[in-house]
Amino acid sequence: MELFWYIVLMTMLAVYVILDGYDFGAGIIHLFFAKTEKDKKAITNAIGPFWDANEVWLIASGGVLFFAFPTLYASSFSGFYLPLIMILWLLIFRAIGLELRGQVHNAMWEAIWDKAFGVASLLLALFFGVALGNIVRGVNLGIVTEGVSTQEAHYFFLPLWNPTFSPQAEHLGILDWFTVLLGVIGVVSLSIHGANWIIFKTNSDLNEKLKTVIFRLNCVLLALVIISLSVWHVIEPKPFQNFLNTPWLWIFPLLTFIGLFGLFNIKRFKRDGLGFLFSSVFLFGGLTTTVASIFPKVLPSTNDINPSLTIYNVAADKYGLSVGVYWFAIAIVLVAIYMVIQYRVFKGKMDDVGYGEH
Amino acid sequence: MEDMLFYDRIQFAFTITFHYLFPQLTMGLSLLIVYYKGKFLFNKIEMYNDAAKFWMKIFALNFAMGVVTGIPMEFQFGTNWAKFSELTGGIIGQTLAMEGMFSFFLESSFLGLFIFGEKLLGHKLHFVTGFLVFLGSWASGYLIIATHSWMQHPVGFEILENGKFVLTNFGALFSNPWLLPSYFHNQLASLVTASFVMAAIGAFYLLNDKHHDFGKLFVKTGVIFGFVASVFVAVPTGDLAAKNVVKYQPATFAAMEGIFETEEGGSEIVLIGQPNIVEKKLDNKIAVPNILSFLTYQKWDAQIKGLNEFDESVHPTNIPGLYYAYHIMVGLGTIFIGLLFLAIVQLFRKKLYKTKWILYSLVFLLPFPYIANTMGWYTAELGRQPWLVFNLLRTSAGASPTVSAGNTLFTLLGFVGLYLLLGLLFLILAGKIINKGPQLVKH
Repeated sequence: MELFWYIVLMTMLAVYVILDGYDFGAGIIHLFFAKTEKDKKAITNAIGPFWDANEVWLIASGGVLFFAFPTLYASSFSGFYLPLIMILWLLIFRAIGLELRGQVHNAMWEAIWDKAFGVASLLLALFFGVALGNIVRGVNLGIVTEGVSTQEAHYFFLPLWNPTFSPQAEHLGILDWFTVLLGVIGVVSLSIHGANWIIFKTNSDLNEKLKTVIFRLNCVLLALVIISLSVWHVIEPKPFQNFLNTPWLWIFPLLTFIGLFGLFNIKRFKRDGLGFLFSSVFLFGGLTTTVASIFPKVLPSTNDINPSLTIYNVAADKYGLSVGVYWFAIAIVLVAIYMVIQYRVFKGKMDDVGYGEH
Repeated sequence: MEDMLFYDRIQFAFTITFHYLFPQLTMGLSLLIVYYKGKFLFNKIEMYNDAAKFWMKIFALNFAMGVVTGIPMEFQFGTNWAKFSELTGGIIGQTLAMEGMFSFFLESSFLGLFIFGEKLLGHKLHFVTGFLVFLGSWASGYLIIATHSWMQHPVGFEILENGKFVLTNFGALFSNPWLLPSYFHNQLASLVTASFVMAAIGAFYLLNDKHHDFGKLFVKTGVIFGFVASVFVAVPTGDLAAKNVVKYQPATFAAMEGIFETEEGGSEIVLIGQPNIVEKKLDNKIAVPNILSFLTYQKWDAQIKGLNEFDESVHPTNIPGLYYAYHIMVGLGTIFIGLLFLAIVQLFRKKLYKTKWILYSLVFLLPFPYIANTMGWYTAELGRQPWLVFNLLRTSAGASPTVSAGNTLFTLLGFVGLYLLLGLLFLILAGKIINKGPQLVKH
C-alpha cells in the first residue's frame, strides 16, 4: 500500500514538473528573449489557459503527501520552512504578474509585471532544483549536535545556507554547492522545456531563434549533468546500488539520455511538438532516476543516530491508505477527462486566444 | 515557546482571514452568474448574457486572488503546524487531498474554458462550463467544512499509543452531525456576500445615473437572492449550527452568548454588554429575559449552563473575542434581513429604484457581509480554542517543533506586506472593471 501511494505521489510530482515546468520555462524565455510586444503576447497566450490547472498538480500532490505520508509532510515542510514560504511568495508574484499585466495599458505597469513574471519563474525553477538536491543529499534528522539528538528523531530545520556552502557539513544549509548545481540544472532544463512549449503552441517569430537557444542550452545541460554525476559520490557513496539490485530501473536513466540526446536534433524536427516530447521525457527520466536512487528512502539522514525517513516509517495507517484508493481512482479518471477536454478545446497554435484581455 | 505559538497562530489567522475574503464571493457569485447565463438560455434576452459576462470579469479577478492566497493555506499545515499534521494527517489529509483532486482540478480546468471559451463552445456548453466551475467551488467548500467539522467534533477515528489519530470509518467524516448545518450556513452566507456585492454595484450605477438597465437588474437580483439567503442563514441553518454548539461544546455556547451564571427559570438573551473576565460577569448589559432558553430548547424556562459552571481549563481561550465575534455576526445578519425586507417591499411596490436611502444603504453595506462572514468563522475558530481537535489535541501541542519564533515572524511580516499589495491591486482593478461597467453588445 505504501509503495502504491509512493508511485502515485512521484507520478503526480513528475506530471507537475512537466506541466508547470513549461510555464516556468516560458517565463524564463519571456525574461531573456521576448523583446517585442508580439513575442510577449505569444508566450502568455501559449500558457494562459493552462497554468492555473497545471499549478493544481502541485496542490494535489501536496494533498496526497499530507494524507498518505503525514510524517514526511510534517517533517519536511517544517524543516524546509523558509524556502517553502519563499516558493509560495514567488508563486503569488508569478501568478499576479501573468494575470494582472493585461488589465492596465501602461508601459510602467506592464514592465513591472513582465519582470515579476519572468524573475519569479526563474527563481522557482532554481528553487525546485535546489529542493530536489536537498532531498537526495539528506538532512540532519533530529538535529544531532555532538552526537545527541536535540529534537524528535524525524524533525529538523535548515537555514538557507551555512558559511561553508558544503553538502558535507554537520549543520547543513538549503543552499550548498551541490544543491545549487541541481538548481542550475533545473533552470537550464526548464528553459529548454518552456522554449519547446512555445515552439509547439505558437507561430511566434521567436521560434527559429529558440531552436538555436535550445541547442546551445542543451550542450550546457549535458555538461552540467556530467558534472553532477561525477560529484554525486560526495552525497551518496553508492548511487548506483538500487540500479544494480533491480536492473529494470535502468529504464529511468535511459529515458533521461534519450530525452537529452534527442534534443540535439531540434533543428531537424518536422513536427513542432517533438521537442516538447523529448524535454518531457528528459524531465521525467531525470526526476525518476534521482528518487529511485535513494528508494525506499524519501529523506535520508546525514547522521548515524537517527534513521532515514522511508516510505514505510512515514506512511499513514493501513485503513486510511486503502480507503483512499477508491476515491482516488474515481478522481484521477475525472482529472484525465478534464485534461482531454481542456487540451482539445485549446488544441493547436494559441497565438489568437486573446489571453489577458478579459 | 509562547512567542512561537503566538506568531504561528497570528500568521494562520491573518492568511486565512485574507484568503477567505475571496472564496466567499467566488462561491456565491458563481451561482449568480450561472443563474444569469441559464436565464439567457431560457429567454434569449441578450442583456442577461451581457450581465453574466460583466460578472465573469470580476469573478476571474476574484478567483485569481483566491487561488494565489489559497496555496499558502495548504502549505501552512506542514510548515507551521507540523505536529498537528503528523498526528492527524491520516484523517484531515483525506478530505484535504480530496479537495485538491475533486474540486481544484474541476474549477481550474473549466475556468479557463468558461472565461475564454464562449465563442469556441457555444452558449449551451458555455453554460455547462460555468455550472462546473460553480460545482467545483461548492465541492471545495464542502470538503473544507468536512475537515473543519472533524476538528470541531471528531468522529470515526481512534488514537494510537504514540498519540496518532487514525481513521477507522471513512463514511463517518461525511455523516458527521456537525457538517451539514455548518456547510449550508456557510454557503448561504457566501451567497449573502455575493448578493450584497451585486446589489451594491447596481445601486452605485443607479445613484450615479449610468448603466440604468443593468443597475436595476443587479439591484433586483441582489436584493431577492440576498433576502432569501439571509433568512436561511439564520433559520434553519444558523439555528441548527448553534444547537450543535449547545450539544457538543456547551462552554463555548455560554461564552458566545455571554452567559456567566446559570439562571433558574430560563436564560436571557444578551443584546449588548462587555464581558468582564475578572469578575466573571457582563458589564452594561442590555438583555431580554427568557428568550435564549426559548430559542435553544423551545421552552421559556429551560436551563442553560453558564460559563462559571465549567472548569477554567476547558473555557474558550479568548472569551471576549468569541463573544464579540458572535454578536457582531448575529447583529449584522439581523440588519441584513431587516434592510432587505424593506427593499423587497419597495420592489413589489415598484418604488425600489427611486428609494434613495435604500440604494445608499446598499452601497455602504458592501463591506459588512464580508465582516459578518469573517466573524462567523472567528466564532467557530475561537470557540474551539484552546483545542485543535476538540477536547483531544491542544493547540499548543500542534505547532512545528523546529521553526523558531523569529522565522515565523519573518514570514508573517512578508505575508502582511505581500497581501497589502494584493489587496490594493484587487481594489484598483475591481474598481476599474466596475467603473467601465457592463457593455450591452449590439446584435
